[in-house]
Amino acid sequence: MATTLKISAASLAALFAVLGDAGRRILGPAEVDGRIELKAVRTLAEVAGDQIQPVLSAKETAFPRVERLLSYRMAPGKVELQDYDPEVQPTVLFGLRPCEAAGFNSLDAVFNWDTRDKFFNARREQLTVVGLSCTQADDACFCTSVGGGPGSTKGSDILLTPLPEGGYLAEILTERGEALKDLAPALFQPANGEDKEAMLAKVEPSFEHQGLAAKLPGLFTSDIWAEQSLRCIGCGACAFVCPTCVCFDIQEEADTKQGQRLRCWDSCGLRQFTLHASGHNPRSAQSERWRQRIYHKFGYFAERFGGPMCVGCGKCSRACPVDMNLKEHLTQVYEV
Amino acid sequence: MEALRTKAKELLAQGEVQVVIGYEAGTAGVRRPCFVRTAESAIRLVWDTNCIGNLAGYLTRPEIKRFGKPAIVANNAVLRSLLQLVAERQLQQDAVLALAVAQDGVVTELPTAQAVEDYLAISPGGLSAADREKMEHLAQLSREERWTFWQRELERCIKCYACRSSCPMCYCGHCTMDCNRPQWVSVPSHALGNLEYHTVRAMHLAGRCVQCGECGRACPVGIPIHLLTCYAEESVHRQFGQQAGTRAKLDYALGAFRPDDKESFIR
Amino acid sequence: MAKPFEPKITAFVCNWCTYAGADLTGTSRIKYQPNIRIIRLPCTGRIDFMLLQKAFARGADGIIVSGCHPNDCHYSSGNYHARRRWMVFNDLMEFMGVDGRRVTFSWVSAAEGTKWAALVNEVTDAVRQLGPYTEYQRLIGAGVA
Repeated sequence: MATTLKISAASLAALFAVLGDAGRRILGPAEVDGRIELKAVRTLAEVAGDQIQPVLSAKETAFPRVERLLSYRMAPGKVELQDYDPEVQPTVLFGLRPCEAAGFNSLDAVFNWDTRDKFFNARREQLTVVGLSCTQADDACFCTSVGGGPGSTKGSDILLTPLPEGGYLAEILTERGEALKDLAPALFQPANGEDKEAMLAKVEPSFEHQGLAAKLPGLFTSDIWAEQSLRCIGCGACAFVCPTCVCFDIQEEADTKQGQRLRCWDSCGLRQFTLHASGHNPRSAQSERWRQRIYHKFGYFAERFGGPMCVGCGKCSRACPVDMNLKEHLTQVYEV
Repeated sequence: MEALRTKAKELLAQGEVQVVIGYEAGTAGVRRPCFVRTAESAIRLVWDTNCIGNLAGYLTRPEIKRFGKPAIVANNAVLRSLLQLVAERQLQQDAVLALAVAQDGVVTELPTAQAVEDYLAISPGGLSAADREKMEHLAQLSREERWTFWQRELERCIKCYACRSSCPMCYCGHCTMDCNRPQWVSVPSHALGNLEYHTVRAMHLAGRCVQCGECGRACPVGIPIHLLTCYAEESVHRQFGQQAGTRAKLDYALGAFRPDDKESFIR
Repeated sequence: MAKPFEPKITAFVCNWCTYAGADLTGTSRIKYQPNIRIIRLPCTGRIDFMLLQKAFARGADGIIVSGCHPNDCHYSSGNYHARRRWMVFNDLMEFMGVDGRRVTFSWVSAAEGTKWAALVNEVTDAVRQLGPYTEYQRLIGAGVA
């Protein structure tokens, strides 16, 4: 499927107009009130250039922070139930980093594992991911330790990689990518053996994820979890910014006449996550919640789906109020 | 910094304290909390102008309490929190040894609440100049503009509760946010839920906020939420003449009253 | 033709003074506008600001909070405690941009049936003039995908 083409900066700018005319919404990292956020853009110029990635992940486009599943109204003698079908405009996610793009693979796996999640899939099917390879990385990045890389094609429908002479290498990776390209095939040119690696950021691997997964079963009772989590304050920032965290909570907002059922993000780092109605909490200490986070991402998920539920984007580490650096912690575990 | 390490080493070696809560070097120049339990590891401690986080929240956490008596490396925010925690009877005043470090690196041991009060009298601290400016800017806007400002900011809130978790005064075992019989505040991070949450947080910190700004720093999406609690605190100060984090004996302003409290809006 | 706007006013009142005062308004056959829904609580000390938020969240256009005059509290000091909280809450609402004109605090004793009627009329007229509290009502359902 994959074909490698080239696109100049001017043609890429022109592609934005074509996409707009074709009724596609374009979301890209852009500046809002001095912060880089994923927002609707119309032109390439609006897209923020010199930045690692936004704080929040793009998972929100398929798995919103608050989503209505159904609503109801009490009528004399019956309950009127209303179902929802998300209506989503075809959307291009432009400029996602390869790590974030790969995050969609994890989400796809979970939301289609034994039941096809109607809500997630309705949104997901409308997304075309145009990834943008990384030319810079920071101390939180560790994509190369979890099977990704600054130029990885996983999860992207098209991957753009900046070239030293200007313009981008454009790898058309999927049918959706092909369809997008076909909206303006003239804007693309054949590639000519350009070096994709030339501009890519260098991210040295810190550990090896299969090895890490193999270690975990023997470390369940280790002191390392208590030690690492001492400074963890037990908020949900890491999970909420994570492009692969999928846990949610169902909230019923109702009065005596009507109500609605909402699906909201939740986090295993929060004390209430496992709190039983009886008052018992099977994960009563923060160390147990921290351990669960690591085991789920690098143990249980890997057992079920064959790879970690982590793309090494480092969003959690950047968002953490107390610098719980995931790369550092995982390396520590790996080296036990 | 050397003076601090030496002092920590000494305290731990002599068994005067069992843990020193301080700062260590983190990712890319960040200073993060660390818990030194042996004299040998006192070398991990650092002190410089980047040590701005408020460590006092750890004083009430069971994971840290179980180590034994703590010493805490203290900037002014930590000292104010300490006094407030004593005032709220969450700490015994002699249960913590505060190690105030001056800019020149000189370490002062503050073993009692009185010593902390005296130290703070010389260098009080409080709202930063930048925050003061933001606050005044907001005060000058029209009511509608303020509404728009806060709605735009709160729209970003994802309810990760980093603000609550990072606050040294949010030590409650069971928070109002987590009560669902009745459900006082909507749980989802939709527009209403966010407004309600942040109003409740500000109200519950009025008269208790030590204005350290930790919640604002903790917010992953950069909402200046500390301005809300700081404003509520200043409202208490202005109207009732008392300030959280200044005295170890302080009645909760909203748990007390004076028959002659002055207001102008009740009809 | 669209019906003219009629505001919904929620009143949180204490059992001992204002509720009795409102009762007196009725037994004295003083008429006042019917836009009000009274919620009786034991004491103003019990009127948490979260109740006010709930009222707005359920679509109230205006709110009245009322109890015993200072020094007259049935429980001796509930209204003094309430007053302090209102003082801070009132201030905070202003800072957050909540429309303070839609919340009225007052003292109405069991003997002030006329004051109650006048207060309700005045608040109802004022809120009718302001129109529906769309600014707040727009939040209901917003931010839900």
